[in-house]
Amino acid sequence: MSKKAAFPYVRTFFAWFFALVIFFPLFWLGITAFKTEGQAIAGNLIFSPTLASFVEVQARSDYLHYATNSLITSVVSTLLGLAVAAPAAYSMAFFRTNKTRDILMWMLSTKMMPAVGALMPIYVMAQTTGMLDSLPALILVFTLSNLPIMVWMLYSAFKEVPNDILEAVRLDGATVWDEFRHAILPLTMGGIASTGLLCLVLAWNEAFWSLTLTSANAGTLAALIAQYSSPEGLFWAKLSAASLLAIAPIIVFGWFSQKQLVQGLTFGAVK
Amino acid sequence: MAFLELKNIVKEFGSVRTIKGIDLQIDKGEFIVFVGPSGCGKSTLLRLIAGLESTTEGSLHLDGRDITEVPSSKRDLAMVFQSYALYPHMTVFDNMSFALKLAKVDVAVRKEKVERAAKILNLTDYLQRTPKQLSGGQRQRVAIGRAIVRAPKVFLFDEPLSNLDAALRGQTRVEIANLHRDLGATTIYVTHDQIEAMTLADRVVVLRDGLIEQVGSPLELYDRPANQFVAQFIGTPQMNLLPATTLPELTRIAGARLPADGSVGVRPEYVRIVGAGQGIAGKVELVESLGSDTLIHTRVGAASGHNVPLVSRQSERTALKLGDAVGVEIDPNALLFFDKQGRAIRGLPQAA
Repeated sequence: MSKKAAFPYVRTFFAWFFALVIFFPLFWLGITAFKTEGQAIAGNLIFSPTLASFVEVQARSDYLHYATNSLITSVVSTLLGLAVAAPAAYSMAFFRTNKTRDILMWMLSTKMMPAVGALMPIYVMAQTTGMLDSLPALILVFTLSNLPIMVWMLYSAFKEVPNDILEAVRLDGATVWDEFRHAILPLTMGGIASTGLLCLVLAWNEAFWSLTLTSANAGTLAALIAQYSSPEGLFWAKLSAASLLAIAPIIVFGWFSQKQLVQGLTFGAVK
Repeated sequence: MAFLELKNIVKEFGSVRTIKGIDLQIDKGEFIVFVGPSGCGKSTLLRLIAGLESTTEGSLHLDGRDITEVPSSKRDLAMVFQSYALYPHMTVFDNMSFALKLAKVDVAVRKEKVERAAKILNLTDYLQRTPKQLSGGQRQRVAIGRAIVRAPKVFLFDEPLSNLDAALRGQTRVEIANLHRDLGATTIYVTHDQIEAMTLADRVVVLRDGLIEQVGSPLELYDRPANQFVAQFIGTPQMNLLPATTLPELTRIAGARLPADGSVGVRPEYVRIVGAGQGIAGKVELVESLGSDTLIHTRVGAASGHNVPLVSRQSERTALKLGDAVGVEIDPNALLFFDKQGRAIRGLPQAA
């Protein structure tokens, strides 16, 4: 076998090797969820699967309550974010000034600060307004933390709309709202959808603020998972079951929307 | 009173003044062409009229109303863009009826108007297609159709033919001329192509560097250019322009009319090639046979130590070739004179 012919095999081997190394923990989480606590500690690959952990998670901490909270916070924060980000991106994309670039950079720079840096002020604000452990507080924080990304993504999507088309729409007698509804919206539907999807996923997966601002009442699935670590020691099977329950919806969701997501994230990269 | 009136229009982009004070009056039904070299401000001027750019100074009046501050959407103008700017997500029908839809025109009326326009433009079979499924020429017609269904006060065309190939360009030019004849709508048309300007316009506005050089009918510009710039810009091949002092023979031809420090212009069709020994002695430098026309490029004035290029245009074919010695005769009545600043000198007595 020549050197050249061997290369694809080597490449395939390494690709699979690294994929398996990365995928293994998730795989292990998946099978541990179907074990008893005893089997989980033993760490066998061969076992008789049981749903006992799932039943106990639901019985002990009401999975649906947390799932509903996750759903509400992620969907509402995404819609709210789109409603704020779309007009912002519109004005920045189509009515540029010489400060537009700076504002965009500044917005992005806020994402470089660790969330914990804003912990104290936000916690105190939530506390003084009586919004601790409430859904509105979480929705607000999710919206605000995703806003910079939303504005950036929508901005790049809107930039793809040729100026000529907007001018043609205006000459056809369109108001700003007509222009948005009949030209920008249909032409950038892909970009808007992927922005929404990404923020939905980000909000769903958000853990830091969910853990610090909520407890039983407004807790999201991240809070549910956290319950199964710490105080009483680790319960591997139940922790795995809770984790699997928390990530399952978003994995299924992500699977179906992956094409849209990839398109949104590579916007402007082609061309 | 003029239908569309531009009063001292000035446009500055930052500190750069691109339109430097334009006054123009356009009558109802006129076909006006803005022509000029690239960067002269012709497209900017059109965009100012359309309201796509705001004016820095001056005012615009349309049909007795001051529209200087009126947004594009309320000006009642239609524009055909160079890129066509069709709505890619809409069918041809929806593209053409969009303005009517925004104006909340009744569905039946919309349908009737679009169908009538489609018939004029030969688009009836394509109404349900999207722009992507059309050829360049068809897209162009949809863009025109979109403008005519609205019956706007003024049609604006921004270099509408520059994305078409030569054959289609000629054909569409004729269609636009016919359309204007049939609809009689006031039209402003921007182009850098002087053939389009000459064939379509009632009046041509020649622009340079943000200012109007001359306004007039195509033949007025051709026969009586206001200055050297217009003289050379209009007409292919370009007018021959000779500094008055380079050719002693010019004194004989032009006589007293010859400006001492100015220049003399003569269109190539008034330069006649004759046998060697007659007229001004010259040498053939290049022969371009276009079929209907033959352009003979010569160099004259070698005898007096000058070497002036002179192009002649004739409809007869020629056997002349590079380096042949010829004579050149210039029609003294066709000479145009320009002063030192390049302004045309008028009112001089004709040659005897």
